[in-house]
Order: sequence, then structure tokens, then C-alpha cells
Amino acid sequence: MSGRVEGSMAGGGSAVSRVVIYGLLLVFAAIFLTPLFVMLITSLKSLDEIRDGNMLSLPQSPTIAPWLSAWGTACIGLTCNGIKGYFGNSIMMVVPAVAISTILGSLNGFVLTKFRFPGHKLIFALMLFACFIPFQAVLIPVARVLGMVGLGNSIGGLILVHVVYGLGFTTLFFRNYYEAFPTELIRAAMIDGAGFFQIFRRILLPASGPIIIVTVIFQFTNIWNDFLFGSSFASGDGVPMTVALNNLVNTSTGVKEYNVDMAAAMIAALPTLLVYVVAGRYFVRGLMAGAVKG
Amino acid sequence: MAFLEIKGLVKRFGKLEVLKGIDLDLERGGFLVLVGPSGCGKSTLLSAIAGLDTISGGEILIDGEVVNDLRPSKRDIAMVFQSYALYPNMTVAQNIAFGMEMRGVPKPERDVAVERVAATLQMSHLLSRRPSQLSGGQRQRVAMGRALVRDPRVFLFDEPLSNLDAKLRVDMRTEIKKLHQSTGKTIVYVTHDQIEAMTLATKIAVLKDGALQQVGTPAEVYNRPANLFVADFMGSPSMNLLTAKAVSRNGVAGLELPRAHDAAIFLRLPPNIRAGAVQDGAELIVGIRPEAITDPDGADRNSPLVEIVEALVDVVEPAGSDTYVVTEASGKEVIARMRSDADVRPGQRIPFAFDLNKAVLFDPRTTQRIG
Ligand SMILES: Nc1ncnc2c1ncn2[C@@H]1O[C@H](COP(=O)(O)OP(=O)(O)O)[C@@H](O)[C@H]1O
Ligand SMILES: [Mg+2]
Repeated sequence: MSGRVEGSMAGGGSAVSRVVIYGLLLVFAAIFLTPLFVMLITSLKSLDEIRDGNMLSLPQSPTIAPWLSAWGTACIGLTCNGIKGYFGNSIMMVVPAVAISTILGSLNGFVLTKFRFPGHKLIFALMLFACFIPFQAVLIPVARVLGMVGLGNSIGGLILVHVVYGLGFTTLFFRNYYEAFPTELIRAAMIDGAGFFQIFRRILLPASGPIIIVTVIFQFTNIWNDFLFGSSFASGDGVPMTVALNNLVNTSTGVKEYNVDMAAAMIAALPTLLVYVVAGRYFVRGLMAGAVKG
Repeated sequence: MAFLEIKGLVKRFGKLEVLKGIDLDLERGGFLVLVGPSGCGKSTLLSAIAGLDTISGGEILIDGEVVNDLRPSKRDIAMVFQSYALYPNMTVAQNIAFGMEMRGVPKPERDVAVERVAATLQMSHLLSRRPSQLSGGQRQRVAMGRALVRDPRVFLFDEPLSNLDAKLRVDMRTEIKKLHQSTGKTIVYVTHDQIEAMTLATKIAVLKDGALQQVGTPAEVYNRPANLFVADFMGSPSMNLLTAKAVSRNGVAGLELPRAHDAAIFLRLPPNIRAGAVQDGAELIVGIRPEAITDPDGADRNSPLVEIVEALVDVVEPAGSDTYVVTEASGKEVIARMRSDADVRPGQRIPFAFDLNKAVLFDPRTTQRIG
């Protein structure tokens, strides 16, 4: 992104405005990065050092003990097995929820653009509407429904909720992307004798790379970071990472272990960070493609 | 019985009637060209034949069988699209083989068929490339290959040459014509280019606003257009269409065309018009193609009726093989086609030879041809 800014300024900007712009950018970057920096160095200090030292000073004798503790032995509520089990819960929730909502979203997008039926506009408008329903408004009805279908207090229930809630967004993404996909290709495949799913798998999906990445990142971050659904529809050992982190920090047995809390928070943030680092470039590119064509 | 029959075909999109009752048929091995201005419903008609769109009324028969409710893949047709519609993620070979793959043809058989078609179209060296690595002409070839490889009952072409540059378009046109002659396949071909229609067709159907204007051989459509629209649409430069008045001079029935700076032109009635067909004093439109107005030496010696008229040359447009000479009558430009070496300059008065054997008359109210 910085390259983009530089490129667009190169023409008109004088040296002074260049300095001002870069100065501002550096200041803002520092503001955003400081908390992360503090978290990281705190998680590498011993408790004594935290108590004695300056919050911003580098660790004198770096240690990974807080990380190991956060992962495997820290106490959350009454059990002292660290956050690893909850990390696993989150993975088991996120992976199926992202996969299912992405696949369904692309199928919806396919039907809404290339296999139109009477009333497709209304259906799409309703799905879009789902994007704007606030979480809080649906908590109690959702809890009732989950209870009725026997998915209350389970990972399966969370998966269902995230899939349903994400469907509006994933459908919107894929619909806008497929709107620009040449219809003649679909028609050619129909004449070639390909059926609905063959066209989807052989013609459309291979061209969907950028929008799949956008959708996966979007869904992954949203579902991984969700706290409200996790705390409402799961409990005990079944809660996702975000809720466990909250419980860890709030567990009051003896001294407050800031270094362990920070390490746990870092671990909780790692997967989304990783996804951004690996696929962030495609995220911007995919969004642009959708914006320009759709 | 015709191989492809279309009876009373109607297609509506909501309230908009795009095809207004089309009746057409084509014999086995025929080459039907649907021609008309853009937006007149050509692609819609082709999609209906292909089964890509449902139809609102009428019947489509292939080889005596009603195919209205058959899916595209069951109609045994192949189609070449205007955009070529090559699958971007597949190689040329995979593109060509895709239809066979979907029909469950075993791989070795597919490979043989792909090789054979690639050899016919001289593109064996392209088989492992992807569409993005091909030029426009090569993509066009691959699109043709994909249609040819399956050996279907009917080929459908939707403006297959309109994305090519002029030179390549002429080459591919010849190639398609050769292909038709060597394979004897039944073809329906859509174009908005009347020259393509004239050169390729065994049968032309002229379409306007979803209604057929005329169906006939290229010669019929060109020489005896059914109405003013067809007369104007077919031919380049287009037919001279001039307002005239039916008059009798010294007992000879003829047409009078007023001129701005000259005495009115008097032309005897075309020989193919019956004496009683036009009333004295009636307003008419006479249609006469540029090549039927020449210098006197260039006139058709076998024509039963050539009228020589002196007229003022307004513009001279050399076009290589011919020279177009423009004069005026009935308030419009009249284009004549003369030999390229004709020594003509603007402002001269020269004799123009009107070959009335090739002239047609239209009723200005109904726009239909008379006689
Ligand atoms: N899916 C559609 N919905 C509504 N109108 C359409 C649709 N497809 C084509 N039309 C209309 O039908 C008319 C004929 O279109 P088309 O057959 O593509 O014309 P052509 O191929 O002769 O240029 C046009 O006016 C076009 O706007
Ligand atoms: Mg068209």
C-alpha cells in the first residue's frame, strides 16, 4: 500500500509535503504498533522484571516460559491445562464454518447470476438484508432454535450459527464477482454437455481464486475473533479461544500474571495475523477486482 | 422435408417481444445466414435453436423431431460464440476435448479426435497453450475446432468473425466456406455484416426488430429485395432509393425524377413491371444499385432496357477497382459505379447509363416491392 501512496504522490508533491506525509505515516504506524510491541516484550519477561521495570524497556533476560504456561498450564476457571484445548475448539469451529459458508456462498452467487430464476432479485435482497441484522438482536431466537435442533452448547451449534450469519456476506461477495464472469462460457459448457455442478467445478471455480481468498480471510477473521456467539452458545470446556482468553485474564488465583495473559493474547491473535501475512495481498487485489467489475 | 424447421417461433423477455413469429426452414447441408442490424434478435433466435433459452411460443424441429423441451446437450448441436468462449483455465486440447469428456468419451479416443481436428485447422502446434496465449485469429480457430470435433447435426455460429481485423476476417470467411463445402454440414450463421451473408449463404434470412423481412438465396435477396429495408440493408454501397413519379410521355409509361439544377430525368418503366401495375401520377420509389448505373461503355449489352441520361458530376470517389461517381436526383445523392480508368471530374456533364432491367420499384406507403 505504501508503494501506491508514493506512486500517486510522485507527480505533484514537493519534498516538504513528502516529508510531512511520511512523518505522519510513521507516527500513525508507531501508534498502532506500540500495543503489539508492549504485548510482545511483556510476554517475554518474567513477572519480577515486569514489576520492577519500565513497560517499554526490552526484556533483560528473555524467557518463553510465559508462552509455555499460557499454552499448557495456566489456570482457566478450575482447570489448569492452558489454552491449548480452547485453541483446538476454535480451529474445529472455524475451519468447517469458513469452508461451508464459502462453498455455499459461491453456489448462491453462481445461481443468482448464471441460473437466474423468477424472484432472484428478491432473494438476493433478503440475503443482503441478513448482513445488516445486529448480532444482539438474534441471540435469544438463535438460542431457542439451537436448543430445538439439539445443537445447544456445542461446537456444531456455533458452526451452524456462523455459517448462517456469514452466508449473506459470502453470497454478496461471490454474486458480485460472478456478475462479471462471461455468461457465454457457461453457455458453451452447457452445449458441451456439462451439468450444473460440472460447470461450477470445472469452469467457474478455477476462475474464482481471488474472491475465494477474500471470502476466506473475511470469514476466518470474523469467526475466529467472534466473542458474542462463543460466549452465548457454548460453555465450560467447549468455548472458543476468545472466550477462554477472557476467562484466563479474569481468573483470580493469586498474583496477576501479565506475561502469561499477553502470551495467550498473542497466541489468540496469531492465526488471523498469519492469514493476513500469507494472503493479505490477494485480499486487496480481490476486493479491487470485485469493486471494479461488480 | 427440411432438416431444420422453425414454426411460429415467439420469444418474449417479460413484456418485450423480441422474436415475433419466425417461420424458417433449412435443408440438410444448407448454409443459412441470419442477417440484420444489431439488436434485431439474431442471437436470441440462435439461442432458441441451441436450447440455451426457453421459447415463448412455436416449435423447433431438427430432422423431424420436436426439440422444444430438449436440453442443449441433447440437441446434438455445436455453437461458436462471438467471444469464442474458450475456457481460460484449460489448454487448447482440453478446450476441444471438453465436450467429449462430458459425454464420457474415453481419453484415447478424445486424443485422436483432438489431433484430427487440430490437423484440419492447422493448429496442432497450439494444443498445449492456454487461450490467453493465443492471438484473436488462433482463438477463433480453437472455437471452431471445439465445434467441429463433435460432428454434430447442426452448427450454430454467432458472429464468429466480428472480433477479427478486416484481413483475417476475409481469410476466415473463405475458410468457413471451404469447410462447409468439404464437410457438407448444416449451418446456421448469424452476422450483421451483409457481405459475409452474401458470400457464405445458400439461404439468407433478413431480420428486423424480431420479424423476418425476406428469406431467399443471396441472389434473390440482392436483386429482388422484398421491401425498402432489405434493399437498403443489403449491398455496399447501398442501393440508390429515389422518389419518382409515374408519368406517361408520348404514350410511353415511365418514371420522372426531379433534379435541382436540371430538367427532370425520364426513365421508361423497368421491363419486369406489368403495364397496369403503376397508376399514372403515383408516387413510387425506384431502387437501382450503383453497379446498374455506369458509363455507357460499361453498360450490360444484354440488358433489354438501358437509358442514357446526361447529368452533372458532383463527387468522384476512386475505390481501386472501381470509381464511384456521385450525381443528384430527387434531392438525394445518386451513386454510379464506373470503371476505374473512367476519366471523370467533378463539375463535368457526362452520360450515365441506367440499366433498368436491374431496377426495382417500391410502394412508399407499404415499403413493399411492386411486381
Ligand atoms: N436476457 C434478456 N433480457 C431482456 N432482453 C433481452 C435479453 N437478451 C436480449 N434481449 C433483447 O432482445 C433484443 C435482441 O437481442 P439479440 O438477440 O442479442 O440481438 P442481436 O444478436 O441481433 O444483436 C435486444 O433488444 C435485447 O436488448
Ligand atoms: Mg448478437
